[in-house]
Amino acid sequence: MKFTVDSRRSTGVDIGAARTKLGELHGREYWRSLEELLETDDFREHLHREFRVPIDSGVDRRELLTLMGASIALAGLTGCTRQPTERIYPYVKPPEEIVPGEPLFYATAHLHEGYARGVLAKSYEGRPIKVDGNDLHPASLGGSDVFAQASILNMYDPDRSQTLTERGQIRPWSALLAAVKLTLEQERPRRGSGLRFLTTTVTSPTLQAQIAAVLAELPDAKWIAWEPTGRENVFAGTKLAFGQELQPVYAFDKADVVLSLEADFLGSGPSMPRHVRDFVSRRRAETMNRLYVVESTPTLTGARADHRRPLTPAAIESFAASVAAGVGVGGISAGAPADAFADAVAADLKSHAGASLVVAGETQPPAVHALAHAMNAALGNVGKTVRYVGSAADTPAAQTAALAELVGEMADGRVSTLVILGGNPAFNTPADLDFGKAMQKVGLRIRLGLYNDETSRLCHWNVAEAHALESWSDARAEDGTVTILQPLIAPLFSGKTAHELLAAFSAEPEKSAHDIVRDQWRGKLPGDFEAAWQKSLHDGLVDGSAFPSRPVAVRSFPLDPRASTLDPSLTLLFRPDPTIWDGSYANNGWLQELAKPMTKLTWDNAALMAPATAEKLGVTTEDVVELSFAGRRVEAPVWVMPGQAEGCVTIHFGYGRTRGGRVADGTGFNAYALRESRTLWAAPGVEIRKTLRRYPLATTQHQHSMEGRAPVRAVTAAAYLENPGVVAHMGEPPPGPHDTMYPQLPRGSYAWGMAIDLSTCVGCNACVIACQSENNIPIVGKEQVQRGRAMQWIRIDRYYKGSLDAPETFHQPVTCMHCENAPCEVVCPVNATVHSAEGLNQMVYNRCVGTRYCSNNCPYKVRRFNFFLYSDFTTEIKKMVNNPEVTVRSRGVMEKCSYCVQRINRARYAAEKENRPIKDGEIVTACEQACPARAITFGNVDDPESRVSRAKAEKRGYGLLVELGTRPRTSYLASLSNPSPALAPAEEPEKHKA
Amino acid sequence: MSTAEPPHSEQKPATGAILAPGYTFTTLTDKLASIALSRRTPKSWFFGAAVGFVLTMVLLATITHLVFKGVGIFGVNVPVGWGFDILNFVWWIGIGHAGTLISAILLLLRQPWRNSINRFAEAMTIFAVSCAGLYPLLHTGRPWLDYWLVPYPNTMGMWPNFRSPLIWDVFAVTTYATVSLLFWYVGMIPDLATLRDRAKALWAKMLYGMLAMGWRGSARHWHRYETASLLLAGLATPLVISVHTVVSFDFAAGIVPGWHATIFPPYFVAGAIYAGFAMVLTLAIPLRKIYGLEDFITMKHLDNMAKILLATSLIVAYGYAVEAFMAFYSGNVYERYMMWNRATGPYKHMYWALIFCNVLAPQMMWFRKLRHSIPALFVMAMIVNVGMWLERYVIIVVSLSRDFLPSSWGLYKGTVFDWSMFLGSIGLFIALLFLFIRLLPMISIFEMRVILPEAKVEAKEEQA
Amino acid sequence: MTKIYGLMAEFENPNDLVEATRRAREAGFTKLDAYSPYPIEALAEALDIHDRKLPAVVLGGGILGGVLGYALCYWTSVIAYPLNVGGKPLNSVPAFIVPTFETTILFAAFAAVFGMLALNGLPMPYHPVFNAPRFALASRDRFFLCIESKDPKFDHDETWAFLTKLGPRVVMDVEE
Repeated sequence: MKFTVDSRRSTGVDIGAARTKLGELHGREYWRSLEELLETDDFREHLHREFRVPIDSGVDRRELLTLMGASIALAGLTGCTRQPTERIYPYVKPPEEIVPGEPLFYATAHLHEGYARGVLAKSYEGRPIKVDGNDLHPASLGGSDVFAQASILNMYDPDRSQTLTERGQIRPWSALLAAVKLTLEQERPRRGSGLRFLTTTVTSPTLQAQIAAVLAELPDAKWIAWEPTGRENVFAGTKLAFGQELQPVYAFDKADVVLSLEADFLGSGPSMPRHVRDFVSRRRAETMNRLYVVESTPTLTGARADHRRPLTPAAIESFAASVAAGVGVGGISAGAPADAFADAVAADLKSHAGASLVVAGETQPPAVHALAHAMNAALGNVGKTVRYVGSAADTPAAQTAALAELVGEMADGRVSTLVILGGNPAFNTPADLDFGKAMQKVGLRIRLGLYNDETSRLCHWNVAEAHALESWSDARAEDGTVTILQPLIAPLFSGKTAHELLAAFSAEPEKSAHDIVRDQWRGKLPGDFEAAWQKSLHDGLVDGSAFPSRPVAVRSFPLDPRASTLDPSLTLLFRPDPTIWDGSYANNGWLQELAKPMTKLTWDNAALMAPATAEKLGVTTEDVVELSFAGRRVEAPVWVMPGQAEGCVTIHFGYGRTRGGRVADGTGFNAYALRESRTLWAAPGVEIRKTLRRYPLATTQHQHSMEGRAPVRAVTAAAYLENPGVVAHMGEPPPGPHDTMYPQLPRGSYAWGMAIDLSTCVGCNACVIACQSENNIPIVGKEQVQRGRAMQWIRIDRYYKGSLDAPETFHQPVTCMHCENAPCEVVCPVNATVHSAEGLNQMVYNRCVGTRYCSNNCPYKVRRFNFFLYSDFTTEIKKMVNNPEVTVRSRGVMEKCSYCVQRINRARYAAEKENRPIKDGEIVTACEQACPARAITFGNVDDPESRVSRAKAEKRGYGLLVELGTRPRTSYLASLSNPSPALAPAEEPEKHKA
Repeated sequence: MSTAEPPHSEQKPATGAILAPGYTFTTLTDKLASIALSRRTPKSWFFGAAVGFVLTMVLLATITHLVFKGVGIFGVNVPVGWGFDILNFVWWIGIGHAGTLISAILLLLRQPWRNSINRFAEAMTIFAVSCAGLYPLLHTGRPWLDYWLVPYPNTMGMWPNFRSPLIWDVFAVTTYATVSLLFWYVGMIPDLATLRDRAKALWAKMLYGMLAMGWRGSARHWHRYETASLLLAGLATPLVISVHTVVSFDFAAGIVPGWHATIFPPYFVAGAIYAGFAMVLTLAIPLRKIYGLEDFITMKHLDNMAKILLATSLIVAYGYAVEAFMAFYSGNVYERYMMWNRATGPYKHMYWALIFCNVLAPQMMWFRKLRHSIPALFVMAMIVNVGMWLERYVIIVVSLSRDFLPSSWGLYKGTVFDWSMFLGSIGLFIALLFLFIRLLPMISIFEMRVILPEAKVEAKEEQA
Repeated sequence: MTKIYGLMAEFENPNDLVEATRRAREAGFTKLDAYSPYPIEALAEALDIHDRKLPAVVLGGGILGGVLGYALCYWTSVIAYPLNVGGKPLNSVPAFIVPTFETTILFAAFAAVFGMLALNGLPMPYHPVFNAPRFALASRDRFFLCIESKDPKFDHDETWAFLTKLGPRVVMDVEE
């Protein structure tokens, strides 16, 4: 390990002193060498020599300024000495579990909409660099999603809030404690009637307990939670159906037939990886399930559907009613319009009673949820494919109402102190409430936040929040499972956790988050506390903490009157953005540049509308339209979206940040500006006016049809079982093994290869971000994406088939195929890309001169070129996120998927140390590890027993462009679908020739 | 003895003549030598040189920006990894073919009419090749490492990949440049001797004297000299064919639909001759006017070149036809789409413009009247220059923009820097050419003497 | 009196020169040379120059170039640093032909040019013939015949007389 202390001057450095000094330091204060830390005379002298700053001699102001200017300029030069700035703590006495260069994995949790999903964070010398799913955690099962993968980048975001300030002045923590103490003294007499806590959805038992404690002391204080993507409809639905607020927990692996009422369970949500894994476990030809989806705007779930119907929100309600009637839910048979599709679905559900499942999405009104629950009950699915547990979030489920009330109180000046924990209410609360304006009536506003954002601007006290990977905390998954969050690194910017801030309101204001969380669980863990605590931290979950199922009985409930009425005109739909979610990831470059799964858009949101709608309005993609609803106006570029329900316009919220950070600001438009508390998800009666302007959008894919070629091969399960050979005949056959004049070059002891199952891949993009994180892939910005220079090593191609209004959608991850006869290698003039004996198509960065010939000659176009200096070599903190095992590429060189060669080699070392061959499954590529569907398998194709060989052996395996004789090592498994025989002839265009 | 004033063409050269009557060794020598020596520089020269100089500065500015910012300043992307850079490389190389072709092949074919155009055609070749050379050197991501393409022993123990057409390019183009340079210089030695002997100014005597290497016109020297010229011609002929063949391999050896075609080598070579002669015309027409060389570059020359243009345009047209036919005959979906995309895709205007410039327009050369109209010829030559540029655009950019996987299709557009680099290279070409005209004999004097009537020796003799 | 390199006669046109050269040869002169502003085949015959060295040199150059060219490709790709490049055999003959061809041409061309110069003894900054007052015209419009003093039959006055008989424009001494 190289730890640069300049030997010339390191003499007489007092390590002890250094350690004490370090004790005083907190996160942010970097130091380059012990001398600097201790400010020894040699160091001052060194500074003097370096920057020619007369340290002690009196300098007049003017001269000093010039010198400082010079020193800043020179600072770059000293940077050239490459001191290991990322190592914050020197291993004067190395902790024994840390071996330099060997990563450590810690179980913790990623929070999504307030719910926990277990993750394993990978850390080098105390520097977390990668986040992946935790196999043990019920919501993850080892899979992850783009947000978990990208969260690591947020932690190293230089735009994060870095200090504790009061009205812009930097203050010590003690000053805040004093301020809080004062407030409490004022509040106690009036039982806290002026005190309000505003949080996001909180599932942390510790935090819940802390708040409860404060409220117990100040009974008139209130706690409000606001989550822009909150699930109050879910709870309202169960309340409607069962009379109690419950959280449904689904078992998609047990369902033969699934009906989704706009539930995007494969695309988003805290339990998305779990749902995906369960669902795709039933996408094998033999035990194939069937998925019906009705939705207003295309989602990944809809893309995987065997039958998908684009319907307006109102139509979904009536459809739900019809199906409910069909499956024999009492009390609603009347009034439900007849619908052949609905009848077929109902029949199918009925024929699989007990093994079917109806799921309603958060965007659906309570009535639809209630109908779904009623159907599950009627079909006898409860307890089989769905069970109900208590809510992990014990805040009032009706968040909107509570928020409205809070705003009312604030506007009336009845709130004297507002404590905002996380979130960004000034930006993401309903426009009609005008939260920002109201909160300015509050006397004292305290904010804990990751960023200095729209809300911080309106607060007096701003406390830099610690990132989840820097914090001690705990949180529950949807099914109640508790994960204890442990920090992998001391807060980089001396941030505080919500626990520490709330502690300020308690008897022991100085208590650390660690102690708070520990004390919360002391006595609550089974068996010996220490052991249980250690095990919980190690496993990433607390044994037996999952909620028990609650018995439910359906009550009769009134149907929503809206069900019968049709939307007057255009309906505006609000959805969280697929990549930057509710805006909390807006400053995350990886997610900004990630092509959204359905539109392939980057860096922007748009007004999605059906082709027919666009025609009616006389607009097309990139035309700017003015959306006006209830007197509010927003301008947005149009995106013509095949498969969108006619008459529905979808806008994704999260964009249009004004104080989001350097990456976030200026991207997209703010959809929240039209979102009202009455119409959180769907606003009927929006007006759209065409402007004459156009707004260029950056998309990564311009061609959406397969042009009569067969990159994606899809077949119905029935056809496949009947004739497995069908897949092979969908494209040109490859040349035979003997159709070559060349001798076989020597093969290594392994032959690495990959298989990607298009039947299970849902196109969620997790692999893309995982790859970006693992391989230090830079972002290039909107302008460069527009010029076709995006850098991700995996891209997910999206193709449409069939009608423009309701097409079938296919997703296909494409990465370097590692062709055995690679066209790219032959044309490289300098041997910068060559083949390894084990079949890797190796890219030698430092040999590359950048002719780009290889990219031209790559039929898959999976090579990426550094047209400019894309990687950031200067921002210290950004360097910390880099994987030390992967070269950071400089300007002018080609790069591409390496099959995670660093992971292959790590496995090789391990195997050689133990003098054994590498075991199957020992090497897991980043994409494979991230994939919630386990659609990607990597391994040794020469070993017939390996998972990858068995996958490739399947009859539905095929290679991409094999007719070119490239002999790709990465191959695909054809996508299977299971259309209902009752609907097939009408619905299904012949799939055999995809 | 006093130099007799050259007979300024009272009598125009008879059509069909390759030299105006009334010239003697004396007058011919004096007139041609005087262009480089005594004759005062015409205004138009200063104008042309100035244009060349300014554009060369534009080139240098672009290159500087390129080296500092990176190759991203050009329009290239994925899938279109090559744009103006390789396009202009091929365009220039093509132009660079006429010179050697005229001097070598026409020499072997004993075409005396070549004698008055081969010198500046060769010069044009060398300058065009230098312009061409700029592009591959500067199109790389890390131009400062270009020397890695050259096989030289190094501590890394690394060698270039001799299977890569780009390495073939390195060999072919450098060989071609070297041989052309030798050919050009050797051809000039006797004339340099003439200049040496005619020069008044001391610096000129010294300069030309050194370059002439003490040539004294000894019969023995002449004999070996002629052998050497013939051998060089014999070597240069396959070389000139090979160069554009190799350039065509850059594409033919690739798998991109629209590149991977066996027709490429012959049709690239034809295209090169086509482009080359067009450029010779483009230069010859103004030159003979400015320097009153109508007596030496006669209508006969222009007529012959026009005929060659016509012939090569037909070959090129055949190339296009075969491309299209093969695309559909192959039954290969990618090939078929490639052709369809050229004719109807986003770049269709390019394709049809190309067909007009290279196939339709040249057909007017069938008419003697047009072949003998200077303006018509000049316009024609210009059209061909443009047409050949478009051809390379269609082959390189359009093919790359839509290859195998529809998902990775993308468009390409040249940026301002692509254009400034292109204009800059044209400027460099002009600048070099004007320097040459001013300082060196742009028409081969001794070869012109050979075709004088008085050069005939009664004894059985041949002309060289 | 300075040493004489030879005697030089100046003629108006190629025919006289060729004729004069023949006569001089017939008269038995061996050390003589003719100078003309452009190549005259007939002169070569008159002086009967039969020099076949150059083609041999060029052939040699070509062969050398070819061998070296292929050797380079083979040695680097098969022996020095064998690499699996796109599954092609280490010794990719068809690909290696191209560089081989180019080096062949290059070396042959070098041989032709430098061979010619070497055989002609160029560059030669100084040569006595340039001392002849009017010799500058040899690169313009005059034709010269020079009989060198090295010639066994050379005798200043006789040779002078002989040359004048050939009807030149002038006869002159060429000083060493």
